Amino acid sequence: MKILVMGPGCPKCEQAEKTVRDAVAEAGIAADIEKVKDFQEIAKYGVFSTPAVVIDGEVKVVGKAPSKKDVLGWLK
Amino acid sequence: MSDCGCSCQAAPKFVFSCSGAADVGEVADQAARSVSREGTAKMFCLAGIGGRVSGIVKSTEAAQKVVAIDGCPLNCARRTLEEAGFTGFEHIQLDGLGFKKGETPATPENIQTVVRSVSEAFSK
Repeated sequence: MKILVMGPGCPKCEQAEKTVRDAVAEAGIAADIEKVKDFQEIAKYGVFSTPAVVIDGEVKVVGKAPSKKDVLGWLK
Repeated sequence: MSDCGCSCQAAPKFVFSCSGAADVGEVADQAARSVSREGTAKMFCLAGIGGRVSGIVKSTEAAQKVVAIDGCPLNCARRTLEEAGFTGFEHIQLDGLGFKKGETPATPENIQTVVRSVSEAFSK
């Protein structure tokens, strides 16, 4: 599973990354988590505000940091 | 906005156009592009909504405001957004502005009339 956390580095983006890492650890799954900061790369996914989370190519959330419950639901 | 210069708190405003094949579709399309160039809102891809491209759908869900422009009473742009589950967006139909399909060339004047209407919708 490949997870992209998109955002240039503001507190909400950092929170999104932390939440994703916590959820992956809690779920006990193997996942490659990558931070994407370049807005050109972000825009390639049709994402126009951040933070955003992409799992295996599918954009799950845009414009807000997800809750851990949300992320755990996406990991199932 | 935070100091990092990111767009975290800047939910975008999106304008969608039917961009249909008829003259009124061309007017709608050109008006949306003009609004986008002026910076009032960003023109976004209606085909991405129809195709359920996840980034485009989720970005639209996160938008501050959405305006859809339809050239004719078939309302393809409005229907496309509604089929994807969107409600509460502003809708402009060129027929409502007195523009008839087959009788409305994409002149600068006609395009500007629609641009004004779209700008008004975003200022509400």
